[in-house]
Amino acid sequence: MKDTTLRINGEERKLSADTRTTLLDALRNHLGLTGSKKGCDHGQCGACTVMVNGRRINSCLTLACMHDGDEITTVEGLGEPGNLSPLQAAFVKHDGFQCGYCTPGQICSATAMLEEIKDNWPSNVSGSLTGEAKLTPEEISERMSGNLCRCAAYPNIVDAIREAAEASS
Amino acid sequence: MTRHLKMDTPATARLLDELPSRLTGKPMDRPDGPKKVAGKATYAHEWEIEGKTFGVLARAPISKGKLVRIDKSSVESLPGILGVFSEDRFLRNPAQGTANEAPIQGVSEISYFGQPIALVVAETFEQARHGAHMLELVCEADSHGVFDPEANNISPEKPEDDQLDQGDLDKAMAEAAFTVDSTYRTPNHNSAAMEPHCSIASWEGDQLTLHGSYQMVKYNVNELADSLGIEPEKVRILSPFVGGGFGSKLGIAPEAVAAAIAAKEIGRPVCVTLTRQQVFENVMRRSESRQRLRLAADETGKLTGLGHECLVSNLPGETFHEPVIQATHFIYGGENRRLSIEVARLNRMCAGSVRAPGEAIGMQVLENAMDELAHTSGIDPVELRKRNIPDTHPEEGMPYSSRPFAEALDEGAKRFGWDKRNPEPGKQREGEWLIGMGMAAAARVNMLMESKARVKLKDDGTAIVETDMTDIGTGTYAILTQLCCDMLGLAPEQVDTRLGDSNFPKASGSGGSFGASSSGSSVYLACQDIRGELARRLGCDEDALHLNGGKASGSGQEVSLTDLLAGETIEGEGHIEPGKTMEKVQQATYGSYFAEVAVNAVTGETRVRRMLGVFGAGRILNHKTATSQCYGGMTWGIGMALHEAMEFDPRDGHVVNNDFAEYHVPVNLDVPQLDVVLLEERDDWASPIQAKGLGELGLCGAGAAVTNAIFNATGVRVREYPATLDKILDGLPELQPA
Repeated sequence: MKDTTLRINGEERKLSADTRTTLLDALRNHLGLTGSKKGCDHGQCGACTVMVNGRRINSCLTLACMHDGDEITTVEGLGEPGNLSPLQAAFVKHDGFQCGYCTPGQICSATAMLEEIKDNWPSNVSGSLTGEAKLTPEEISERMSGNLCRCAAYPNIVDAIREAAEASS
Repeated sequence: MTRHLKMDTPATARLLDELPSRLTGKPMDRPDGPKKVAGKATYAHEWEIEGKTFGVLARAPISKGKLVRIDKSSVESLPGILGVFSEDRFLRNPAQGTANEAPIQGVSEISYFGQPIALVVAETFEQARHGAHMLELVCEADSHGVFDPEANNISPEKPEDDQLDQGDLDKAMAEAAFTVDSTYRTPNHNSAAMEPHCSIASWEGDQLTLHGSYQMVKYNVNELADSLGIEPEKVRILSPFVGGGFGSKLGIAPEAVAAAIAAKEIGRPVCVTLTRQQVFENVMRRSESRQRLRLAADETGKLTGLGHECLVSNLPGETFHEPVIQATHFIYGGENRRLSIEVARLNRMCAGSVRAPGEAIGMQVLENAMDELAHTSGIDPVELRKRNIPDTHPEEGMPYSSRPFAEALDEGAKRFGWDKRNPEPGKQREGEWLIGMGMAAAARVNMLMESKARVKLKDDGTAIVETDMTDIGTGTYAILTQLCCDMLGLAPEQVDTRLGDSNFPKASGSGGSFGASSSGSSVYLACQDIRGELARRLGCDEDALHLNGGKASGSGQEVSLTDLLAGETIEGEGHIEPGKTMEKVQQATYGSYFAEVAVNAVTGETRVRRMLGVFGAGRILNHKTATSQCYGGMTWGIGMALHEAMEFDPRDGHVVNNDFAEYHVPVNLDVPQLDVVLLEERDDWASPIQAKGLGELGLCGAGAAVTNAIFNATGVRVREYPATLDKILDGLPELQPA
C-alpha cells in the first residue's frame, strides 16, 4: 500500500492503494471517476486516455503511485451535461460516438491533440517536421489513430474535432 | 390496457407521415449523448455497490482435455483472496443469441483454449488478478483436438435445412456463355466491442441483481436463471448502457454465472470483467469459411445457375452455424441452384453471431464472384447486377416487399462517378499508387421480433417510455424518444426513455438488426393505446385525434393535455408480434457500395480513398444515428477486406493474436470520410412503422467493394481474406518508371 496525492480536475485527491494499481484503476475503482474507460489494459485502444500535466497518456500504462503531485485531467474535468466543453458538445452534434465507451478517451485525446497542433508538433502525415501543423482531416485522423472506436464513428469524430477547433481559433 | 398487433397483413396506415411534429426520421441528437461525452453514462463495471469485490477468471491452457484439479491452496493464503470457485454450473460456452436457456455448462471438460475454468475473488482487482495468475491448474490434454476445418480426417455435418439443390447446376455451368467457379476463404473474426464483458452480481436473500453488459435482457434473465438453477423471477438484470455488442453480448456469458455463484457464496457483490485477451478467447467468433461460388450466365449476363457451397465450423454440440447463404437465396435469380453449408466440429472457441451473421461474409464473397463474372463477360458490374434482380423469389416464388435495389445501384453509380472507372485493371496510376474503383451490392434479411413497451403519460404532460430494450450504440434512446414525441405531440425534453431493466416490459433486445423496428413498433403501439384513451376522454374518434405541443383536439375543441389528464397518469402498453407478413413476402434490405482504393505499386499496401454506401431500409427513424450505423458497417467491411483475422495456432488451437495490437481493427486513418445515402422508403409489410433493420446492412458486402477495387487497381484477385499486402505483392504489374 502506498499513499499518493493526486490533483484531479483541479481537486486534491488522496489515494491509499496497492502499488500495482494503475492510474486508470485508481480513477475507476478507488476515486469514483469512472469516465475513463478500460478497453484493453495494455495501451492498445486509447479508451483510458487522460491528461497528465497537460499531455495525453494511456492511464492503464502507468501506476497511480508514480503520479504524486501530478495534475490529472479526466473527461469529468472537461465538462458535464448541461455545461459541456465545446469539443464534448461537438461530439454530441456530430454523433462522434455510438456506444460511447471509447468516447471519453477520444475527447481527452482530442483536447490534448489540438494543443499539440497549436504547438506545431509534426505527425506521421505532416509534410515537414518543422513547418506549421495543419488541421486537415488526414492530420486529425492520424493523430487520433491511437483511439480505437469499434462502432467506427471515425468520420464523425473528425468532423466534431474540426468544428470545435475551428470555432476556438 | 395493451395495444397488440400481429403482423399478418401489411400496415398501410402510415400514421407517422401524418402526425404534425414529424420528428421521427430527423437527425435528432441522442438524448443519452451528453452523458456519454461527459463520462457520466454508467456501464456495467461502473456501478457503485456497497461491499463490491473483484473476480478474475482463470482460463484453460489447453484446447481439449480435462481439468483434473485446481490447487486452491496455491492462492488462498495470498493477501485479500476471498475464494476460488469452479463448479459444474460454470458456463463452458457463452449462450447463443435468443437461446433463452442455459448454454453448455461444466468446466471439468475442456473443449477450447482459453475456456474459463475458475474464478478467483479478492478484495481488490489487483489481488484477484494476481490470484488468477498464480492459481495452479492441473489439466490433462487429450491428443484428439481438431484445429483444421479442412483436415482430411474429419467429416463435416450437413445441416438438413441448408442443402438446396434446384435444377441442374452442373448442366447450367456446362452450357453457359460465361462462368465463374472460384473458391474463397474468410478468416475468423472477433466482435471486439470496446467494453469488455462485465457483470456485477449481488444477492439480497435469494434475489439476484446482475449489472451486466448484455444485448437481450429478457433472454439473458432466463439463461442466467437456468444456468444457476433458480426461478427467472429471482433474477433482475440491468443493462442501460452497453459499450458495444455486435453479437458478442447476445447470450449470457461465463463471467455472469461465475460472478453470481461467487457472490452467493461469499455474501458480497462480485464484479467480474473479462480481460481483452479473454474477450478474444472466449466470447463468440465469427467462423472462418470456405466458399465455393459457381455462376453460370447467358450472353446477356443473366444468371442461369448459382452455386454457393460453404464450409464453416463450431464447437461440438453447438447448434449455431454461420448462415453464409442467407442472402444468396433471394438476391439474384438463376433457376439452377446449389446452396449448401457444411459444419466442421473444431476445438476453437464458440462460433456465434458477429455483426451481420451470414451476409457479412456470404455477401462479401458472392459480390466478389459477381465482379469476376462482370470482368469475364465484359458487362459493367452495376449493369450486371441490375440484370439479375429477380421478379419473384428464385426458390420459393413469393413476391418481394419494398425493394429499392436497382435504385441503390443507380444512385450510387451516379454519385460516385462510376462512369469514370476504367474497366481494364491496372491502368490508372498516380505516382507509386495504382488506383482502382470497385462496387458491390448490399442485402440483408429483415426480421421483426416480439417486443413490448410501456408508455406513461403523466399529468404534467411529460411521458416515460419503459422497455427492457437495450441501446448498444444503435440509437435506441433517440428513436424511441422520437416516436413517442410524434405520437403524443410532445417535445424531446418531455420524454424520458428508460431501457435495459428486466423489470420493464420485455422487448426484442438488440440483435439481427431487428431492435429498432421491433421495439419502435412496441412504443408506437403503446402510444396508440394512450391515444385511444385520450380520444375517448375527448369524445372523438382515435383517427380524428390531433396531438401537438401538449394540446389535444379532435372534437372541435382544443384542450391542454394536462386538463385532459386531470391529475391522472395514463399508461399504455404496446405489444408487437411477427406474423404472416414474414412468410407471404421476402422482406429484406438492400443497398450498394462503391470504393476507390490506392494500392502501393512498391509495397502492395492498400488505402481506401473514398467509399460510398447507398441503403434502403424502410423508414429511417433517425438520419443521424442511422448514418452512423452505416459508417460502422462500412468500416467493418474495410477491416474485413484488409486486415481483420483471428490467427489460430495449428498445433494447439490457441488464439495467437488475442489483443488489439495483433488483431487489427480499423483505426481512424484507415477510414476515409465516408459517404452514406439513405433512400426514402416505406415497407408496409415490415412493421407498423414501415421501418426495417439497418444496423448490419452497412456490412453486408462492403468488403467486396474494397477487394473488387483492388482488382481494378492491380489485376490481383485476392481469394484468401484479408487482402494483406503479401497476397497482393506478387501479382502487381511490373514497375515502370513513373
